[in-house]
Amino acid sequence: MPTSPSEEQGPYDLAVVGAGPAGLAAAVTAARLGLHVALVDAASRVGGQFYRQPAAGLHARRPEALHHSWSAFARRAAQLDVHTAAGRIRHLAEHHVWAVTGEAGQWAVHAARGPDGSGETVVVRARKVLLATGAYERQLPFPGWTLPGVVGADGAQALLKGALVLPGRRVVVAGSGPLLLAVAGSLAAAGATVPVVVEASGYGGYARRPGVLAANPGKLAEGAVHAAALVRHGIRVRNRSAVTDVHGTTRVEAVTVTRLDEEWRAVPGTGVRIPCDVLAVGHGLLPQVELATGVGCATRRTPDGAHALVVDARQRTTVPGLWSAGETGGVGGAALAFLEGELAARDIGRSGEGAASLARRRDRLRHFGEAMAAAHAPGPAWPEWLRDDTEVCRCEEVTASRVREAVNDLGARDARTVKLLTRAGMGWCQGRMCGPAVACLAGATASPDRRPLACPVALGALAELSDG
Amino acid sequence: MFTRRTFDVVVVGAGVVGAACAFYTSRSGLCVAVVDRGPVAGGTTGAGEGNLLVSDKQPGPELDLALLSTRLWRELAEEFPATFEYEAKGGLVVAAQQDGLAALRTFAATQAAAGVQCEDVPHLADVEPHLAPGLAGGVRYPQDAQVQPALAAAHLLRASGARLLLGEEVIGVLRTTDGAVRGVRTPRGDLLAPAVVNAAGTWGGQVAELAGTSLPVLPRRGFVLVTEPLPRVVRHKVYAADYVADVASGSAALQTSAVVEGTAAGPVLIGASRERVGFDRSLSTEVLGKLARQAQELFPVLRGVRVMRTYHGFRPYLPDHHPAIGADGRVPGLWHACGHEGAGVGLAPATGALIADGLAGSGGRLDRRAVDVRAFRPGRFGSGPPQPGRADAGAWPSAPGPTDRPPA
Repeated sequence: MPTSPSEEQGPYDLAVVGAGPAGLAAAVTAARLGLHVALVDAASRVGGQFYRQPAAGLHARRPEALHHSWSAFARRAAQLDVHTAAGRIRHLAEHHVWAVTGEAGQWAVHAARGPDGSGETVVVRARKVLLATGAYERQLPFPGWTLPGVVGADGAQALLKGALVLPGRRVVVAGSGPLLLAVAGSLAAAGATVPVVVEASGYGGYARRPGVLAANPGKLAEGAVHAAALVRHGIRVRNRSAVTDVHGTTRVEAVTVTRLDEEWRAVPGTGVRIPCDVLAVGHGLLPQVELATGVGCATRRTPDGAHALVVDARQRTTVPGLWSAGETGGVGGAALAFLEGELAARDIGRSGEGAASLARRRDRLRHFGEAMAAAHAPGPAWPEWLRDDTEVCRCEEVTASRVREAVNDLGARDARTVKLLTRAGMGWCQGRMCGPAVACLAGATASPDRRPLACPVALGALAELSDG
Repeated sequence: MFTRRTFDVVVVGAGVVGAACAFYTSRSGLCVAVVDRGPVAGGTTGAGEGNLLVSDKQPGPELDLALLSTRLWRELAEEFPATFEYEAKGGLVVAAQQDGLAALRTFAATQAAAGVQCEDVPHLADVEPHLAPGLAGGVRYPQDAQVQPALAAAHLLRASGARLLLGEEVIGVLRTTDGAVRGVRTPRGDLLAPAVVNAAGTWGGQVAELAGTSLPVLPRRGFVLVTEPLPRVVRHKVYAADYVADVASGSAALQTSAVVEGTAAGPVLIGASRERVGFDRSLSTEVLGKLARQAQELFPVLRGVRVMRTYHGFRPYLPDHHPAIGADGRVPGLWHACGHEGAGVGLAPATGALIADGLAGSGGRLDRRAVDVRAFRPGRFGSGPPQPGRADAGAWPSAPGPTDRPPA
């Protein structure tokens, strides 16, 4: 470690945080418009969660086999290489951004270096910042979810894309949201048996908004691709059902799938036992907004109860000098993220050419994203799945009954006070896993994520920060 | 529904000081309500480390209050075992250089004369094996202890049997035609009582103003760093001797002097910065850097440890660093129990006992001679308009950051 904090040569015209579809599109567009750009990202290679690439050491010959719309990504990745070689973009890989401080014209992006962020911390100075930090998977607890063999659906997908590893041979995919179909399709294509996809909502929500679907033929086609993949692999989708119990002593051996009513209440007597060795589960995605809330960006509630950044038609947040693109403004998928990244960069680079048509496509996809969120919003009765001894916070091993005691007997009225009284949310994930569930059990609507440190930082690295 | 409810005492504030007031006042036989616009421990209590310190106080009324509180915390811990993580871990104040150590020893001698237990520690490694080598020495204070403040507040409130009204903001203090307090008003109705206790901490100045008087409480911001869980590498509350000077300083400028301690749950907590910046909630990397640097100087072993989170709180600061405890004197029926700065958790039981004593008589339970309460007279700042600018007032953090323990 050096004896003084590193300063990445700057200030840059623009620092882009996150190199997924939105950040990548923004960086190459801004560079094309003549801006000097820093692209700061935690991973070793660009692509984000969606276009997660196999580690270089695996020498995958056809990484695109596990992705759709790979060409949209590959084209921009190639542009990135050109701009990087020309010195217009500096790609700071393996830089974990833990805070953004400052104000318009003089932002400081603080990042901890290294594959796991355990190295020194550097400051990237920039006049403008674009936050494209994406989303993470929403988990809702249920009896048995802590048993080995229960994995996040998004995590299973990432493992497959990034390490070319299947989480198991017979995988039940469950939860809610369109990601489940994609995950099931990828797992099956890679050789796993997927006996069933268990969807807590249904797809009726889309049917009730035919205008949104008609306006998004691309999304229909995407859905058709997923559906065709499921049919090809003989995968059934059970709508309005959930995994309400997991069986096995040392790891998953089977799950119980139960029918749900409109409010996601389990219908008694409808449980079916399905053998499997892995359960991949997730309930949609939550925008990752803590860097933005840390500097005061306003948020809005999305139809599925998440908090997304408020952005205007030009992708500006409510804080001057700070833009957002992609899932941070509400979950909507990779195609939307590419568009928003490009729109944001055009605003930052003051280029209006062609922006109107991009904006129209952006608006259509945004509406689709909102419709999707509404269709897959968790039903209010899901906490009834929990038994007293079900762990809600798995990091700190806090059970549902302890959370309820904090609320009923000790005066907690929100997730923060439950945390203070039970430690739920104080562990490694800092409440990313249990936060929404705890807020719901406290009878509160979840607050927007606030984590002044967006990720852990070595004390020694903090100690080398200069005073300014 | 607009309701009318009648009590003997209404306590405004469900932090640890309000909880202690409710606990001891109820125990004196009075019927008590506690009202707060947020949840239990939603303000500075929920952002505190839970320090019960005698070591950082110079001889005088506040040290006497701390010594009384230390005794009361021990009694409470016996009465409610294993509920709020009371730990009599002791404090260890260290000095890097010989001259600093000499000053520390002189200071400790004056404390010892006032009733504080102090032990000279010539070989620091014997009591804290991971301390940096080469420090000159230190003094151990066995009476220093720790509680988890939010749990302490919640359990004291539950044990008090007081009526708990949460999420209900006091919007007015009701007064009779001759000016005496007769209760408070909230959006849900009136809480009638001949006595109102202002235990609103950092927001105590606003409650005073509602009652037609003033109390110049200002926020003094503090940051805390929380590491990943570790096996016990820090046994005491350990801090450098400069900390005492920082606590006593009246400067608005930033002061940092790391207080490092392990917790039962594993993470190491690192406080404590002090700066007067109003209710500014933005992250200061300058403060984080300084705290980390000082902690690492004390415990080099922490260098590679990850800091998981940081949070801040706003200590209720009064110009002379002493809390306001007792009857207002200007508004009959109004009592104050706020302005404890970073010592609110530590001083809560003694404060609650003094308030109960004043409201109901202690029945011989409290040795009033132990503390000279004149230093805490709420009227001592005069009756002028409150000092803080309006920018400071009204900025209640509706959703404080992800915080768990309070700054010292």
